Amino acid sequence: MSLKAFHIVFILFSTLLALGTGVWCVWVNLVEGVPIYLAGAIASFAAAIALIVYGVWFYRKMKRLRIIT
Amino acid sequence: MEIPYTISTRPDTGLWNAKVGIWLFLASEVMLFGGLFSAYIFLRLDAPPGIWPHGLLNVPVGTMNTAILIMSSVTVVLAWASLKMRRYRAYWWYMLATISCGVIFLVVKLAYEWPQKFDHFGAYIKPEALGKYEQYLGNEYAAAKGLPPRLEITGHLHNRAALNDPKIKEYEVALDPLNAEPTNPAMDRPHFFPLPFTDKIATLEKEDVERATMFLPTHSAYFASYFTITGLHGMHVLGGVLVFIYMWLPVSKKLYQRNPEHLANRVEVSGLFWHFVDLIWIFVFPLFYLL
Repeated sequence: MSLKAFHIVFILFSTLLALGTGVWCVWVNLVEGVPIYLAGAIASFAAAIALIVYGVWFYRKMKRLRIIT
Repeated sequence: MEIPYTISTRPDTGLWNAKVGIWLFLASEVMLFGGLFSAYIFLRLDAPPGIWPHGLLNVPVGTMNTAILIMSSVTVVLAWASLKMRRYRAYWWYMLATISCGVIFLVVKLAYEWPQKFDHFGAYIKPEALGKYEQYLGNEYAAAKGLPPRLEITGHLHNRAALNDPKIKEYEVALDPLNAEPTNPAMDRPHFFPLPFTDKIATLEKEDVERATMFLPTHSAYFASYFTITGLHGMHVLGGVLVFIYMWLPVSKKLYQRNPEHLANRVEVSGLFWHFVDLIWIFVFPLFYLL
């Protein structure tokens, strides 16, 4: 596996982590009712979206530059 | 003597040699970390109720370190792509960013997170003395609310000499909020944003204490696992940073001028290692900080 392929796998796992952290924050907020966790959930979901956007951008850029084969 | 297949691929494997080498190495690393993660999971599943520490790590700091490592993976791959496009200047800056991320991660870990633990004290009370310290443990309250029993009193140890001096018969502890107000409903659940020590001082007689230690690997299976895995991971981060520094120094410019593809292959191999190290952290963070 090349670096570019491993990078896409890594971004996929990072996205799953961001989504998981967001769900965890929502759960803690529901149990404890502390608003800071809601802010954490929003930040985590935003990070997940940013990672997806980056992953797609990276794949397209590598393909355009013919670095992805 | 020239080392063969550093740029061109070997006919039998279809790969250049270093790539085969790094994947064999990473396979052994998977077994190493896989064994440690398995040990952690089995220790945790087998722990009796109330024994396994929870909420002792600083989640905001851990989250920041996670973001730093993800960012470093992005910069290292951009450094490699820059070399492929023959943009050495861009490579140099991306590599500097990667090194900076690795150094920040290590500084946060070694100068902030670990020392905070080394300064934290915990004493497990003997079962027959639990009633004597009810005002700090609140076990009647915990039982009424269906919470696991509280066996440990934690906080900042004022007389640290008591740990090693048998003549000192008591521990003087500035209590954590949980032990200062054990019947406060806000303390029923772990706090992932750490609360400071309180001004309330408890005196624990050594004869009532089953075992007492700072938050070191000797404290519990939890901290033994935590320091082993994060320590081993930190050593890998340090190794990666040292390799990146070597490839960022002027010596890499000479290799680039002689054969840019050779340098790009070196960066790709070290980038694969770096991604693996970061992927390990993607599992460490939720296991130790969140769950």
